[in-house]
Amino acid sequence: MEFVLVSLLNGITYGMLLFMLSSGLTLIFSMMGVLNFAHASFYMLGAYFAYQVSVILGFWPALLVAPLLVGLCGVLIERYGLRNAHKYGHVAELLFTFGLSFLIEEIVRLVWGKAAVDYRIPEALNGTLFTLFSSNFPIYKGFMMLVSVGMLLALYALLTRTRTGLIVQAALSRPDMVEALGHNVPRIFMLVFGGGVALAALAGVIGGNAFITEPGMAAAVGTIVFVVVVVGGLGSLAGAFVASLLIGIVQTFAVGLNVSITDIAALFGVELQASGAMARLTLTQLAPILPYLFMVAILVFRPRGLMGARES
Amino acid sequence: MSFRISNMQLLAALALLFTGSALAQVKIAYIDPLSGPFANVGDAGLKQFKEIVEQVNQTGGAAGQKLEMVPFDNKGSPQESLINFKSVTDQGIRYITQGNGSGVAHALVDAVSKWNARNPDKTVLFLNYAAVDPTLTNEKCSFWHFRFDANSDMKMEAITNFMENDKKVKKVFILGQDYAHGHAVAKAAKAMLAAKRPDVKIVGEDLHPIGRVKDFSPYVAKIKAADADTIITGNWGNDLSLLVKAAKDAGLKAKFYTYYAGGLGTPTAMGAAGEGQVLQLTEWHMNVQPNKTEAFALAFNKKYPDLDFYYLRVNTMVTMLAKAMNDAKSTDPTRVARQLEDMHYQADTGDVWMRKSDHQLIQPLYISIFAKQDGKAVKHDIEHTGYGFKTLASISARDTQLPTSCVMERL
Amino acid sequence: MNCDASPPPLLHPRRLVSWGVLLAVLIVLPLLFSKGFALSLLCQIGIMVIFALSYNMLLGQTGLLSFGHAVYFGIGAFATMHTLNLLGKGGLPLPVTLLPLVGGLAGLLAGVLFGYVSTKRAGTAFAMISLGIGELVASASLMFPALFGGEGGISGNRVVGGAVLGISYGPQIEMYYLIVGWAFISMLAMYALTQTPLGCMANAVRDNPERVQFVGYDPQWVRFMMLVLSGGFAGIAGALSALNYEIVTAETLGAQTSGAVLMMAFVGGVGWFHGPIIGAVLITLLQIALSGLTKAWLFYFGLFFLCIVLYLPGGIASLLSMHQRLWKARLLGWVLPSYVRLALPLTLVACGLIGLVEMAYQRAEAAEIPLRLLGASIDVTLATPWLGALAALCGGLVLLRASWPAVTGAWRRALLRLESREET
Repeated sequence: MEFVLVSLLNGITYGMLLFMLSSGLTLIFSMMGVLNFAHASFYMLGAYFAYQVSVILGFWPALLVAPLLVGLCGVLIERYGLRNAHKYGHVAELLFTFGLSFLIEEIVRLVWGKAAVDYRIPEALNGTLFTLFSSNFPIYKGFMMLVSVGMLLALYALLTRTRTGLIVQAALSRPDMVEALGHNVPRIFMLVFGGGVALAALAGVIGGNAFITEPGMAAAVGTIVFVVVVVGGLGSLAGAFVASLLIGIVQTFAVGLNVSITDIAALFGVELQASGAMARLTLTQLAPILPYLFMVAILVFRPRGLMGARES
Repeated sequence: MSFRISNMQLLAALALLFTGSALAQVKIAYIDPLSGPFANVGDAGLKQFKEIVEQVNQTGGAAGQKLEMVPFDNKGSPQESLINFKSVTDQGIRYITQGNGSGVAHALVDAVSKWNARNPDKTVLFLNYAAVDPTLTNEKCSFWHFRFDANSDMKMEAITNFMENDKKVKKVFILGQDYAHGHAVAKAAKAMLAAKRPDVKIVGEDLHPIGRVKDFSPYVAKIKAADADTIITGNWGNDLSLLVKAAKDAGLKAKFYTYYAGGLGTPTAMGAAGEGQVLQLTEWHMNVQPNKTEAFALAFNKKYPDLDFYYLRVNTMVTMLAKAMNDAKSTDPTRVARQLEDMHYQADTGDVWMRKSDHQLIQPLYISIFAKQDGKAVKHDIEHTGYGFKTLASISARDTQLPTSCVMERL
Repeated sequence: MNCDASPPPLLHPRRLVSWGVLLAVLIVLPLLFSKGFALSLLCQIGIMVIFALSYNMLLGQTGLLSFGHAVYFGIGAFATMHTLNLLGKGGLPLPVTLLPLVGGLAGLLAGVLFGYVSTKRAGTAFAMISLGIGELVASASLMFPALFGGEGGISGNRVVGGAVLGISYGPQIEMYYLIVGWAFISMLAMYALTQTPLGCMANAVRDNPERVQFVGYDPQWVRFMMLVLSGGFAGIAGALSALNYEIVTAETLGAQTSGAVLMMAFVGGVGWFHGPIIGAVLITLLQIALSGLTKAWLFYFGLFFLCIVLYLPGGIASLLSMHQRLWKARLLGWVLPSYVRLALPLTLVACGLIGLVEMAYQRAEAAEIPLRLLGASIDVTLATPWLGALAALCGGLVLLRASWPAVTGAWRRALLRLESREET
């Protein structure tokens, strides 16, 4: 029981962080049709900016300032880079963001050094929120959940209650119509891109000190975010939400279960040779690559993803 | 020196133009990652080499000549390292050193052996300062390879010897990265514990893909559920820091026995989470007693504020090499190798010995724990974190020895 | 490469001459560059040329952007290495010369397996699946040390059996000629493929899959076939890499290899058959030579790639073909003088940029040690060199902007002239 509850909490926390990352990516994809390869790089920039700001002003201002700064960077990159690549089609756009992720990582190394920086959790959030049986649940994890739920609500309100949100939503299903209605689509693109990367940066601000702020952090989450978006269904925010939680929880439980491939095969009546390398694999060992297996399976059996409306 | 007056003069002149030190004569190629994800490790190593080489040069050099480090960026890839090795031999460099990644080390050992067999008058010597795969000094040992770091089995031998006397260790959990190094650590830990402490229970063993786990809390939950009091892990880098952080968050009160907690960004990343929980096994740390390296290390840290002096073995290696050249009165790798094998040497932490049978350096090791800087036992902190390492036990060189299966083809 | 543009067929006399010239150059090259390093560089380039061309069968010809092409390269390499080791034990009567076939076959089979899954979709979804499969295979490779050798990889000795016709593949030069041989055959085969119905249908699938369906072809089948064949050629490249280095490690299958081949194809130009060849040569040279010269090479590399994406999306091949067109019409003289006006601004931009980047890296590494750049010693703690470099960069950019119209103007005039000539 303890194990189930603790794993569930861990899974949800991790899933919510994934959602913060993937929501921005989904927004950008639905609006602009481009998968932002550099999305995780903005997550990293968020963490580094927050570290820099927190050194000068403290953590709380950083929580606000860092995402705004990264959002501004995003706006500038869209305006002076991505927009030019847009002329040449989606492949060029994708490759632009691919190159951008290279460059951002190198710039981060140059500015903040090649090793991890000392970005700490603020004192006020350091400690235990509650103890579940014998496991501590840290305050900071509660805070992460709070921020991500807050972001989810704010995003929901923005998309359903404001004019801009309606336009963005309309673009989810009918991008061409929105343009035909005379909206300044390039400007919306620019704002959505800025907003999307700011969301990633917010995830970076609260994830950077919970985990580690170092130049490899973007590469570490980069691909998993794509998995979430693809599993959830390209362009579906709700799908991204469900997929994030699902992947977070499945991965967490898979680590905890002591099941080997031999056991699973036995369930289907297949006897594996105990000496084979395959037979010795456990679910725990596979846990971190389960999402990729999951993605491939989804694409084979339900190409639209869990909740995707459009084919691609 | 045949290679000095060979037709390499033009290349050598070009190389001088770039590096600018006109007196350098004995070049040591440093083949390690200098760009990409592992650049911080390769870069720190290079700076330490340069520092000790400078000191050796100021105190007379080696066999009347000066040493010089020539960096090659292998980007962490064995293939790239082999291309680097080609340019090493083109430039007539006779000494190479490498440390990051046993994969690269294997590739280089093979390449060096083949080259030396085909070019007996232009032999190259490979000095390994950190690749710890035991096979390099066992099944795959070579006359042309010298290792200055204890291999991973020797390290586990030292750790389990320490546990033999620590009756608080009752339930052990083994966690590792799912690749050769993690497998080797797990295997050695199980075998050695079974022999030395049959009463200790191994309550769990897990492997995870290297560098892909972001949130270690599920693993920690599992360790907690197994009620382990000790964790043995070969993890390094983020896989170690994230594990320690997750343990702190969940309130896990077990001790971590590690190989690589003490340097290159890990203390920064662990921060307070590691206090009193993380032990490491190294050949040196900043608070060993007596600390003959203290002044050198402090000068290094002052010169490079972002780095901490870490590899004492680099100093040992370069000074031993210089001594071998002085003793041989030559810089020819074959003659230097003969001097180097079986050499007894007074290093900063005591007597060390380059074992002749497998070219493995036998040196004293220390088990230390991550603790708050207190000005006494923890005189110096590490990476400006306010925490440093406190010696728990020192293991004499003799006690780290393991038998070798090496059958060396000698020249 | 476009079928409607109908390039001269493979056996057209002019084609034959250019293939012949290429072969001659490849055979003579090692006489000019006989040093060990240069020779291994040439070998690496040869391998990468095959790999990049196989990649372009997907991106350029079928419009499939793949982020996991290293999977086929790596599987080919591992299969070859295992076979080589079997040969060493005397298990198989197969000459080393033919081993790349084994790699090709392994790549082909991997293509059948993964292609079935991934070619169900095109566009972004295909890109994501290829990324996922790439990650999956790369992770799995570290988990099965028996098959992939773990961290140390698998090594072997390519000198097995007796020398056939005096060729033992011991010396690097014999390896070079093996690579050249296979590269040449693969190039011919891949070029021939562009002329087949399948090659043409691949272009059509790239440009308009719906219409392909109307014509009665199944776009998914065309994508699948192209991926399988491309996997086969990637496998041959992997096999040659295994033989050349005599070691294969898990990195061979990793994301970095996939990223590198994507860059090669794109920088060279995906719209031309010879584009990836140019890209493979250039990027390999950059990776190996530039990384020896400066610590900032990844930065330059990223910047260079971004500039290509933004300003030259057709790749270097497109630049060459534009000029070739003018050269054939004897109009090159119309634009070349305008380039002279670019020389000064470009030099200034380059000097300023390189100065700034190198100083920044030096400052980050060890500020008190002066930077050595082209024989000069620069103290990076002073403000003047920074200001100087910045001024050079800004001044260069302003001048570049000012002199750019001259170039575009010259081009416009030349093209107008060309068109008017073509009309008459």
